[in-house]
Amino acid sequence: MNLFTETIEQVTPNIEEQSSPLDILRCTRCGRDLVSEVVLAGDATCPYCGNLFRQPAYRRIEAIVDSGSFIEIERETEAGDPLSFPGYRTKLEKERAKSKMQEGVVIGKATIKGQRTALAVMDSYFMMGSMGTVVGQKIVILAEFALCNRLPLVIFCASGGARMQEGVLSLMQMSRTTIALARHSAAGLLHVNVLTHPTTGGVTASFAMQGDITLAEPGALIGFAGPRVIEQTMRDKLPEGFQSAEYLDEHGFVDRIVERRDMRETLASLLALHNAGHIETAEQGVRR
Amino acid sequence: MTAKETKLPKKAAPIAADPAWASVMSARKEDRPQARDYIEKLFHGVFEVRGDQCMGDDEAIVTAVAWFETYPVTIIGQQKGHTLEERMRCNFGMPSPEGYRKSMRALKQAEKFHRPVICLVDTPGAFCGIEAEAKGQGRVIAEHLKAMATVKTPCISIIIGEGGSGGALALSLADRLIMLENSYFSVISPEGAASILFKDSTLAAEAAKNLKLTAGDLKRFGIVDNVIREVDGYSRFHMDDSVEAVRKVIRNALKRLTTLPPDRLVEQRQQKYLNMRWQ
Repeated sequence: MNLFTETIEQVTPNIEEQSSPLDILRCTRCGRDLVSEVVLAGDATCPYCGNLFRQPAYRRIEAIVDSGSFIEIERETEAGDPLSFPGYRTKLEKERAKSKMQEGVVIGKATIKGQRTALAVMDSYFMMGSMGTVVGQKIVILAEFALCNRLPLVIFCASGGARMQEGVLSLMQMSRTTIALARHSAAGLLHVNVLTHPTTGGVTASFAMQGDITLAEPGALIGFAGPRVIEQTMRDKLPEGFQSAEYLDEHGFVDRIVERRDMRETLASLLALHNAGHIETAEQGVRR
Repeated sequence: MTAKETKLPKKAAPIAADPAWASVMSARKEDRPQARDYIEKLFHGVFEVRGDQCMGDDEAIVTAVAWFETYPVTIIGQQKGHTLEERMRCNFGMPSPEGYRKSMRALKQAEKFHRPVICLVDTPGAFCGIEAEAKGQGRVIAEHLKAMATVKTPCISIIIGEGGSGGALALSLADRLIMLENSYFSVISPEGAASILFKDSTLAAEAAKNLKLTAGDLKRFGIVDNVIREVDGYSRFHMDDSVEAVRKVIRNALKRLTTLPPDRLVEQRQQKYLNMRWQ
């Protein structure tokens, strides 16, 4: 443990680096400080207490898909500034530099234990995974891609909600993603959602809650309104564990809470279960 | 002088001058016509359909079957209430999951009986309470959106006052979207945006301007099909001229939409949204 503390000091030589959320992670459960690079390169789990940290999209993809099978689409799409919102361009540049991502979601196709699937992974390290025109459009493109190729769809959700800086255009992404996924669903194709910390707002009120199967990571905050907003409305403290994955499970909104280490296995078996009946139609439907 | 004193006059000026904030204020006025006022003026033979047949009845959403001229239609309206007592019964127009479930029940019946749906949108937002969350507020809005995306009957949605975020959006995925001149439609309340972005909820007027939430803005973005002029001093006691304009827009939209085969109608609605791209 001493060794660990020393490492932290070595990694954070100046204040500027310390202020970046990607350098030090304090475990919200056991309170220990951890080196983010080490934790996030693994499965983003606290080595002391097993608490889960938010996992960057590419790390998650690595952990879930068969090695080398992921092919990303629409990687370079960047958000514009459709409302000319004050400070938004600067904010985007900062977020890109900090997270080394172009936007809050990564989409593509992959195999999971040999099962082909379309995959979207949201990244809460990019503007808290908020959904603007690009995130919405990428989900739409992926749903259409999955429909054309008769692929199931797995979406890892992580979002603070609709992106304020793109105003009502962000709100429209709720309608657009809903429609694209409804078309995918109408073709008899599977849509699995994995709700990770945090899944809130406009994403909860659209595609995150439209899957055939809803999985969640332990302890993830999942809700429509954020806890602070509810506290302000109710002028009261919220009960402990409110809006956690476990709370949603109790209230009947989640099918299973899955540990990160079991996620790949769980997804593979779900995909296999739903693929079996569709072998023939799948072959006929392949256009690429 | 304290900081507060120096700040005040600065804020007062843009509030009065800015049309976006003026719209928000107008949309929230107590005597502004609400869903039940429009229902009384636009429709006849109104039969109110109540309850979600699961948990209860949410008065923040009114659903009814009625005649619009020669068409039997389904009405889904968000009601905020005029008097204090009514406002409390309607939870100030903030629907709970029961309300959205009742609304989905109305959508299903509309499809079954081939009745066009007229939605009247007016809410500061879906209710943000512990109970609403426990009953799946997010889930029910997601389901409502999907229901409106796929329902095989014409849907016309009119934003008559406040278009507050997801709670309003749930009722606005439609074949035609119409806005009253001084209504607004926004991803977040101006106060909410101000407190997050500027760390000061009193800068709501500034936030309103930046959010581009007016009927004119939405028309420019291609989200709204028609904007209806409001007469001077528009209120529930003085609304007839604008109601006539609303009636005309609904009539024209119905004429077109009811001639389309249901599958084509849905395809056209879906393509309208899929083709909305701004990036």
